Amino acid sequence: MTPDKRADYWKANLRYLVVLLVVWFLVSYGFGILLVEPLNAIHLGGYPLGFWFAQQGSIYIFVALIFIYAALMNRLDKTYDVEED
Amino acid sequence: MTELELWSYGIVGATFALYIGIALWSRAGSTREFYVAGGGVHPVANGMATAADWMSAASFISMAGMIAFGGYGGSVFLMGWTGGYVLLALLLAPYLRKFGKFTVPEFIGDRYYSNGARVVAVICLILASVTYVIGQMTGVGVAFSRFLGVSYEWGIAVGMGIVAIYAILGGMKGITYTQIAQYVVLILAYTIPAIFISLTLTGNPIPQLGLGGDYVGDGAGVSLLARLDQVVTDLGFKQYTTQVMGSKLNMFAYTLSLMIGTAGLPHVIIRFFTVPKVRDARYSAGWALVFIAILYTTAPAVGAMARLNLMETIQTGPVGDPQGNLVYDERPDWFKRWETTGLLKFKDWNGDGRIQYYSDGGLAEAKLKLADAKSKNTGIEAAEKAVAAAETKHSATKFAGYGWQGNEMVTVNNDIMVLANPEIAGLPAWVIALVVAGGLAAALSTAAGLLLAISSAISHDLLKGVFMPTITEKNELLAGRLSMIAAILLAGYLGLNPPGFAAGTVALAFGLAASSLFPVIIMGIFFKRLNKEGAIAGMITGIMVTLFYVFQHKGIFFVKGTEFLMPELGMGANWFFGITPEAFGAVGALANFLIAAIVSALTAPPPEHIQHLVEDVRIPRGAGVAVAH
Repeated sequence: MTPDKRADYWKANLRYLVVLLVVWFLVSYGFGILLVEPLNAIHLGGYPLGFWFAQQGSIYIFVALIFIYAALMNRLDKTYDVEED
Repeated sequence: MTELELWSYGIVGATFALYIGIALWSRAGSTREFYVAGGGVHPVANGMATAADWMSAASFISMAGMIAFGGYGGSVFLMGWTGGYVLLALLLAPYLRKFGKFTVPEFIGDRYYSNGARVVAVICLILASVTYVIGQMTGVGVAFSRFLGVSYEWGIAVGMGIVAIYAILGGMKGITYTQIAQYVVLILAYTIPAIFISLTLTGNPIPQLGLGGDYVGDGAGVSLLARLDQVVTDLGFKQYTTQVMGSKLNMFAYTLSLMIGTAGLPHVIIRFFTVPKVRDARYSAGWALVFIAILYTTAPAVGAMARLNLMETIQTGPVGDPQGNLVYDERPDWFKRWETTGLLKFKDWNGDGRIQYYSDGGLAEAKLKLADAKSKNTGIEAAEKAVAAAETKHSATKFAGYGWQGNEMVTVNNDIMVLANPEIAGLPAWVIALVVAGGLAAALSTAAGLLLAISSAISHDLLKGVFMPTITEKNELLAGRLSMIAAILLAGYLGLNPPGFAAGTVALAFGLAASSLFPVIIMGIFFKRLNKEGAIAGMITGIMVTLFYVFQHKGIFFVKGTEFLMPELGMGANWFFGITPEAFGAVGALANFLIAAIVSALTAPPPEHIQHLVEDVRIPRGAGVAVAH
């Protein structure tokens, strides 16, 4: 693998990380803490929305983020031919 | 023996027999099996073991109660203790798996080409893990003494004995397969009562939906949370869905500390060394969080529902109606049972024979302090002043007009919310027994993981890595087992003689992991330029800053009376932007990052081969990369 390709692979990985971590930050610190009051004006069933993000929603999204990252990286590993076996 | 004790002995005995059976089947024959279970654990199985490893006595027994009384503020535990897995899966686990060694200090020692860095990492690891294991040991002792009629000391001895059998024989291999069994026990024990209580209160068997559903108790069609908000605010408590913990900045810092602490706890990280491939490490973290999320999304439902149940049990009619409060002599059986443990305490301030449970602005507390001062015959005057001030404040509230003279539920322990939940919901004895077995499974699985992290740091990092590099594999395995025995004895000793800081241990463990290990691991992967000097300076700064703030508030090594807050220098309680010591790990981590970066920039870059090592770690394929060098 050439150093250039290696750098490209790492850059693509970092791009994924930035996007996913922005979502990670947004659903917990953003919706769950900083913006909780305005969001609580909206209701999701019996849940005020901000409260829901803090006690339920952020956790579901965390799970989704990890699986999305794993799937993206598997594809990237194949594209750059660096996957194991 | 009561029916409950019979069930408890039966179910706890059966689960212990299962753990020992697994231990005998999964003996470790090599150091690779002892440290990383041979590296062949399926990612889903590892996810389940990680979940049990991670979810401690605190998660299982205390968290729902902290949410029940903290309301929205309790969200910091939910987000903090799950969000760390995103960091772990995206930033740490795959790279550390690729690195392919046995322990966290080993990575730090190799990456920063320094035995010094490795030893500092071992010290940080041992500090964080030992403080954490004390909490598990006391949890085991408490579970035994409350439910099985066994003394606290014997409870700890039995718990240690069980862990010893499978951890010494099987090392990581034995621990992994036991943890899988323990996960199944603890998750059943947690969800079954939750399903019943959700069904009773909301008609929905799924607690996560029930929490957002309608309350069916009075047929008025209001949502459960709206009902709870109404009930608690009527009694002067803060509104459930909006009450914050400290300030929003504190919640922010607290959540961040718990997240990076989670990602930096060595006993969690080493679980990802046990899967066969980098790809598996990524998925395995996802599976771990799935299994954790089942409990963590149920916990807020348990907390809210148990709180509502408790309030309505005591406040039976309209607030202010003389008939509206439960008559003490007619209290339910579970109430009596928990009174004997001291977790619930009643004091009839106004002598009406009924229970008033409300927020009195600190009046009851002041009265109790006065009684205490009188019995000790010191500080009576100050205590009397405090009572008078509280009386004045209280007399302006509507409660004084009802003839109430202070909150009469003088103790309502957090832990009661999970432990008494099945009884409050009227569930059969076997469900309660299952909760006991679940609490023990949570405590034992976490203790075993921590003990392995400690013993491998001693035998692999200190002995093999630094002091006896020529030790044979057979002797290293023996050393691993011996240090496991030593770690178990130490944990047992500290469980029997908690050094007065058992309550603060979890916060401290997280603060230490967050401020010392996490930053240097992350930078080791993502910041090639970071060198030995920077890493060591960073770790030491991070841990010192955190220890300073925690000790300043809670005493040096938590010894009472050695607190050294200095209000005259602007260092009063929570002086740093109102951040509590529990939440300070985030600040320590920030200091670690900064100092490490600055010191690195001022000193020589790491040698060529280290830069190659980092390049290697970043790419999953092993063989191809090695040839390229």
